[in-house]
Amino acid sequence: MTTLLLLSPILLPLLGAAALALLARRTATSWVAAGSALAVLAVAIVLAVLVATDGPLAAAGLLRVDALSAFMLIVIGAVSVVAGVATPAYLRSEIALARADLATSRRYAVLVQLFLAVMALAVLAANFGVLWVAIEATTVVTAFLVGQRRTKAAVEAAWKYVVISSTGIALALLGTFLLNFAALHTPDAAGLDWVALVASGSQLDPAVTRIAVLLLIIGFGTKAGLAPLHAWLPDAHSQAPAPVSALMSGVLISVAFYAVLRVKVIADAALGVDFARALLLVVSLASLALAASLMLGQRDYKRMLAYSSIENMGLLALGAAIGSPLAVAAVLLHILGHGLVKSALFIGAGRILQITGSSRIDAVRGLAGRAPVLAGCFGIGVLAVIGFPPFSLFASELGIARAGFAGGLGWATAAALLLALVIAGALLVHTSRMLLGSAAVTAAAGDAVDVPVDELTVIAVPAVLPASGSDQPVAPLAVATLPVATLVATRLAQAPSPEARRGPGSDVWAMAGALAACAVLGIWLGPLGTLLQQAAGIVTGTP
Amino acid sequence: MSATLSAQLLNIAAGAFLFTAVLILWRRELASIIDIFALQGVALAAMVAIIAADEGSVEFLLVAVGVLVVRSGVLPWLLRRALSHAGATRRETRPLVNVVTSLLVAAGLTLLAYAVSQPLVALDPSPAAHAIPVAMAVVLIGFFVLVTRRLALSQLVGFLLLDNGITAVGFLSTAGVSLIVELGVTLDVLLVVLVLQVLKTRIREVFGDTDLDELRELHD
Repeated sequence: MTTLLLLSPILLPLLGAAALALLARRTATSWVAAGSALAVLAVAIVLAVLVATDGPLAAAGLLRVDALSAFMLIVIGAVSVVAGVATPAYLRSEIALARADLATSRRYAVLVQLFLAVMALAVLAANFGVLWVAIEATTVVTAFLVGQRRTKAAVEAAWKYVVISSTGIALALLGTFLLNFAALHTPDAAGLDWVALVASGSQLDPAVTRIAVLLLIIGFGTKAGLAPLHAWLPDAHSQAPAPVSALMSGVLISVAFYAVLRVKVIADAALGVDFARALLLVVSLASLALAASLMLGQRDYKRMLAYSSIENMGLLALGAAIGSPLAVAAVLLHILGHGLVKSALFIGAGRILQITGSSRIDAVRGLAGRAPVLAGCFGIGVLAVIGFPPFSLFASELGIARAGFAGGLGWATAAALLLALVIAGALLVHTSRMLLGSAAVTAAAGDAVDVPVDELTVIAVPAVLPASGSDQPVAPLAVATLPVATLVATRLAQAPSPEARRGPGSDVWAMAGALAACAVLGIWLGPLGTLLQQAAGIVTGTP
Repeated sequence: MSATLSAQLLNIAAGAFLFTAVLILWRRELASIIDIFALQGVALAAMVAIIAADEGSVEFLLVAVGVLVVRSGVLPWLLRRALSHAGATRRETRPLVNVVTSLLVAAGLTLLAYAVSQPLVALDPSPAAHAIPVAMAVVLIGFFVLVTRRLALSQLVGFLLLDNGITAVGFLSTAGVSLIVELGVTLDVLLVVLVLQVLKTRIREVFGDTDLDELRELHD
């Protein structure tokens, strides 16, 4: 019974994949994805309740659930529900815009289910070997999702993604082997199982463990989008289909960060807290500085969101470096809050891309006038990701900062907050350029990107010429704006299909739901608070 | 098998393992690079087989056969297939670092590997653990090939070299991790190579050539 319960978060998405692969083609745009995600979330909650009352559960020697795993499983479930609800509307629009067909969207849906299954396996793994296999498998299943649209940019992003992630994660494998080597030379030959490793932590050979921890943190940090091997993240996130970007940014990088947390527990037991702390601090500040410098002049809104993810991973690394129970609880809450908000933002960005046809910030002026609900959700999402109350990211960032100043890492925390402030400013400026401005004029400017310039002048100029010859000084303006307005009207009427202009669909409602959930978490944690405390106890070694 | 004989055989196999890595750095013809890579697979399998014979473990001997099949059979076959589709680009003509410098770098990396592996050798005095620095050197050389070559296929070989080195570290240090993990790792590597091969074909479809310098669509 326990085994089945532990296996179900992996088996349910596999069943979903089988259903999608075998049933009729139309099912790709159906609610299968949302259904399996909801089922995973339900199982995660059941597991969390069981773990909170009876302690950790194990099965088959390879799977194990403690409070930390259960919490991560809840994050996976929650973000997948958001992505799953958004998928039908997104895919229908893609098909209507002729950027996908039924076959590619079915393959897409199957791969997303497999992606969900391997992420669940990663957080349920009981040892570093299985964890490594699962995280590497996420690269394999997402590679074709990133490169789904076979454009130059998408293929390039997919190649870089696979090469950089696989190389980084190969370093983690080397680290795993070295850790295994150190573990076999302890009196009770601990192996890679983390309960055993933590138990015999103080007997691990320090010199070997130091090399292993360095490799493991850099390796899993690669997949988490942390510097120095972060370069795949902006490319992959900007090219993947919107719900996949949402899953990658919302949970995939957090699952990799979960691996870093597991490594930190072992490192603290074997080497004391200072080694992992110093490593994580360097990685964290480097990631934040990099995100800040590339955010300032950013011209692409999907890449902007990707750099914001690198920033948030940097903040998580800072919290892990601080390592007090408050800091770790805040880190875990931040993982959930960031997952919800960032997935909402990527879904919004995907919808904006469908409406405007361009991912450049310049091309989106005046979105608030054209799609008020979408623009509102996107704007609120950006405010949430910056850390405005009432969203939970406010509480978690405050928690990390307080723990940092209390834990003797004042200078690092101050530097991190300064960098986060720069990033917040850049995000606000870029987003306001996208959302605000007069809709009519900017819509024409936005369309000018793909409308030949002479078409604009041909229609507009004859209307202006007779007007400028007239004696009344006010008239030219009034007459001149008229053709622009009609031009806009005709351009909108010629849009590829009505799908591009449809009202808020399931994707926008998914965004709104995710943001609402994040706001609720910022005000009231409820039973999740206990789970967070237990999970933080596992990471800090103080149950 | 006597202890000294198996130690000597292990040293020969480890030497061949490192030598093939250096040869890959030296050659530029993609076809011969793939042949050398297959030879390296044989050397790796031989190391595993010697350790297995030493421990008298049948299960481990089967692992050695698996290594032989995958590393010197399946992976080179996949690479050759990719090469036959590659058309004109069969030669790495403009690596970022020239051959002489590459060989010097390889010597430096080998020294570095010995320095880094000191704690590993100190922890376990067995002959297998003494060969770990060699495997580490192959890891570093693989990394070097990965970052200095410009053709997609040579990058792929660099990645596989890195992976061979890591696998060797795994076997030499602990006689392998559990069988399930070993299987998972092998499967993952195979799938990654398949994915990269498909992507390589797609790069050729959209960019025309597989010189990775052409990949300049995405930047900040």
